[in-house]
Amino acid sequence: MSAVISPYNLDPGIGERGGPAQPLISARGLLKHFPVKSSGFFGPKKVVRAVDGVDFDILKGETLGVVGESGCGKSTTARLLMNLIVRDKGDLLFDGETVGETLPLAQYRRQVQMVFQDSYASLNPRLTIEESIAFAPQVHGVPAAKAISRAHDLLFRVGLEPGRFAGRYPHELSGGQRQRVNIARALALEPRLIILDEAVSALDKSVEAQVLNLLLDLKRDFGLTYLFISHDLNVVKFMCDRVMVMYLGKVAEIGTRAAIFGEARHPYSAALLASMPKMDPSERTIEPPLSGDPPNPIDPPSGCRFHTRCQFVEDICSRAIPPLASLSAEQSAACLMAVPGSGHSRAPGLAGTST
Amino acid sequence: MTDTMIDIDDLSVTFHRGRKPVKAVNGVSLKVRAGEVVALLGESGSGKSVTMRSLLRMHPKGTTIEGSMSVGGRDVTGLTTRELGNLRGAVVSMVFQEPRLALDPVYTLGRQIEETIMRHERVSKAQAAARALALFEKVRIPSPQRRLQNYPHEMSGGMLQRAMIAMALACNPKVLLADEPTTALDATVQIQILLLIRELQKEYGLSVIFVTHDIGVAAEVADRIAVMYAGRIVEEGTASDIIRNPRHPYTKGLLGARVELADGRDRLITIPGAPPDLADMPPGCAFAPRCADVMAPCRAVVPPLVGAAGPSERNGQVACLLYQ
Amino acid sequence: MAVITADMVAPTPVILKSPGFWSGVIRRLCRDPVALCALGVVVLLVLIAIFAPYIAPYDPSKGSVIRRLKPIGTPGYILGTDELGRDMLSRLIYGARLSLTMGVIPVPIAFVIGSAIGIIAGYAGGIVNTLIMRTIDVFYAFPSVLLAVALSGALGSGLTNALVSLTVVFIPQIARVAESVTTQVRKLDYVDAARASGAPARTIIRVHILGNVLSPIFVFATSLISVSMILASGLSFLGLGVRPPDAEWGLMLNTLRTAIYNNPLVAALPGLMIFVTSVCFNLFSDGLRTAMDVKS
Repeated sequence: MSAVISPYNLDPGIGERGGPAQPLISARGLLKHFPVKSSGFFGPKKVVRAVDGVDFDILKGETLGVVGESGCGKSTTARLLMNLIVRDKGDLLFDGETVGETLPLAQYRRQVQMVFQDSYASLNPRLTIEESIAFAPQVHGVPAAKAISRAHDLLFRVGLEPGRFAGRYPHELSGGQRQRVNIARALALEPRLIILDEAVSALDKSVEAQVLNLLLDLKRDFGLTYLFISHDLNVVKFMCDRVMVMYLGKVAEIGTRAAIFGEARHPYSAALLASMPKMDPSERTIEPPLSGDPPNPIDPPSGCRFHTRCQFVEDICSRAIPPLASLSAEQSAACLMAVPGSGHSRAPGLAGTST
Repeated sequence: MTDTMIDIDDLSVTFHRGRKPVKAVNGVSLKVRAGEVVALLGESGSGKSVTMRSLLRMHPKGTTIEGSMSVGGRDVTGLTTRELGNLRGAVVSMVFQEPRLALDPVYTLGRQIEETIMRHERVSKAQAAARALALFEKVRIPSPQRRLQNYPHEMSGGMLQRAMIAMALACNPKVLLADEPTTALDATVQIQILLLIRELQKEYGLSVIFVTHDIGVAAEVADRIAVMYAGRIVEEGTASDIIRNPRHPYTKGLLGARVELADGRDRLITIPGAPPDLADMPPGCAFAPRCADVMAPCRAVVPPLVGAAGPSERNGQVACLLYQ
Repeated sequence: MAVITADMVAPTPVILKSPGFWSGVIRRLCRDPVALCALGVVVLLVLIAIFAPYIAPYDPSKGSVIRRLKPIGTPGYILGTDELGRDMLSRLIYGARLSLTMGVIPVPIAFVIGSAIGIIAGYAGGIVNTLIMRTIDVFYAFPSVLLAVALSGALGSGLTNALVSLTVVFIPQIARVAESVTTQVRKLDYVDAARASGAPARTIIRVHILGNVLSPIFVFATSLISVSMILASGLSFLGLGVRPPDAEWGLMLNTLRTAIYNNPLVAALPGLMIFVTSVCFNLFSDGLRTAMDVKS
């Protein structure tokens, strides 16, 4: 990393520490269960297993995509990373340091920012655009005049002319413009990681493309790392270096873009890819890759959570929980078919035993 | 041309809220043949949904509708509220983006379907119940007998959309209007619903207007695609013509901005700018301020939607001066 | 991480300021004739109360046995006289002082205390919210008239005690409204974004919560002024507020009660004043509610 000139000269202690090989964030055993109101007073206490033991790394300078359907826990994972909700279990390591122990929460927060899906709800309607962007630096002690002038620079960087937009209110802007403001606000604290939670999903296609280009430019210019959450696999394929597929609070598969889009090893990843509409009217989808809706995360299926919808299901799948097994340097999948000697008929044999 | 089922001619819809009147639909003409699926493709504010809703006059009070519309040879422009009620469900029915908002939360799904049937036809309750069961089987809801007794909040999004489709088909309509019916659904569920609509459309011989913002979805279901921009249809043609060989610069831009094409490139090709304000439209072609091929006359004349000149065996239409 | 180089920085811009929220509210309010008329009447009443000694033709407490209960239109006594022969017009003018004080003063005090309680409960959520709100609910369970009478009765009659009991009556109502709007605003993404930037709770409440919850609470509070006027008059009527011979509309209504068969029109005058004032406060509060609805 080159020398960094901070326009604020805040906390010189924050910044690059562990070297390029050290993942920027490591999540270990992240777990969050939400209690749900039971129907009767004496009924058993139920929980939504929103995130149920998740491990992953985000490498420095990469874009990690997170895909999955509703209820898979991708938004909860984002909020756990932001410490907006408190995790039940698990550890977060930021650049090699444990968040909340060796790295104080306040310092961690400055380095991780988020852009939300709803561009209107994520801006205070009573503040002008420049006030919204300048809020966070002022919290960290930057004088108001300096924070405002920096907000103008950031507006310019995200493609909004400061003279026209800085003094306006959120309801006077279009959805695409508001999302640019939200990106500028996330940049105001000079974070190293930005979490984009469906940040372009609510935008029209032609505007979405403009914002995606902007995100790529900013990543290059500011040396950022992205966690990119989306339900649109095409966008993820364009934006991301590595992809994590989640299903009902667990990681189903994680790997490089080429590995996941080229040869997905988890049947769920494969089905998700096959579910994307084909762009060719002469080669339409004939048979839906999956039947039924995703199950409710309150009572997830036993064993492998995908076994109720999987076409390769065998008895063992409802009993054994598949570990996230490494298939190569680029790819890991949580499927019994990928675990040697798991008992699934399609699993590879153990080394040294005959099949 | 064979029997036209829906004929919309020079439709304009103007809303009078706010300070200035807003012309959401501006001279749209569209024909849909019997058994044909037409996708209305456009971004938010393009008027695609407003055009479709005009057929059942589902607009707030004080909205001006001009032009003429007919369904199955019958003029629907001047229908009374009562006649419109008889038309809805029996001849034209509709599927919405949010079935949870379109269904009544206090009645079971079975009862809502039975009442729809009994409103339009003279049948006994037992017959209506038997038909509701057959419909649930038709849309492939598992354990249909039990599901009929469910309330809307007890079903998942995909199942509820299937129930909504079952209800739309209850009285054997000729026309199905689908307003972004898969947008709120997950990817693996979306493709199931698209295939179901396609299958039922063939079986019932339905004419379908399918409103969507997603080109991929349109490619999966539609025979023809009409692309809308700022209240006007800018291009119309068979699905494969539109996707393989778009002509209007806006359609080209939309297809070119697709992320699927950018594999290996580090930037997307984008259409600059944003759609115009419908209360303050430019005088000529609405796309001219964003168009790369803009010429001087584009800013003065609104190009009509006509069959393109030049060597072409295709029967699509385009509203662009480049082709006239 | 950012490296801002010279060519990235925009030239010093001239910032176009959009009109703020309050100027929009005032602009919309100016287009609402009903609210403006109501406001006009209220301002007029306040002016009358302030300048009472200069306007009133007679001393409001000076009576005469021979001039008792003159009807409306008596020469020299346009609105007649009361049961002790005091000039009604003068008494109504002076009465505006005490009646407006008792009607208006409790509301801003309750607004400050109730908002604080409600916003804290709403922002904290969880067990703190449950504790505060269940306590508030205990007060809320009593009808407001009963609560006001019971508190005044326990504290004893007099102006200060009446003000205290009215304030206590309104605090739970305002706290409830404050709690529910705060709970809604707290869930919005911009509050999450502020939390994610590491801002402490009091900064978030000051910058992001207050601006968005105070106006709905304020509108609710203005609608309470009319209730407060009526309750205050009720307390005086029951002898729990101001004491004779002070002029106050509720108290006047009580003392004139005996004359209702002899001179009903004169007896009804204080009631008419209470009615007009509270209707005006209510109409103004309605107009304010419409004017503050931004998304229209």
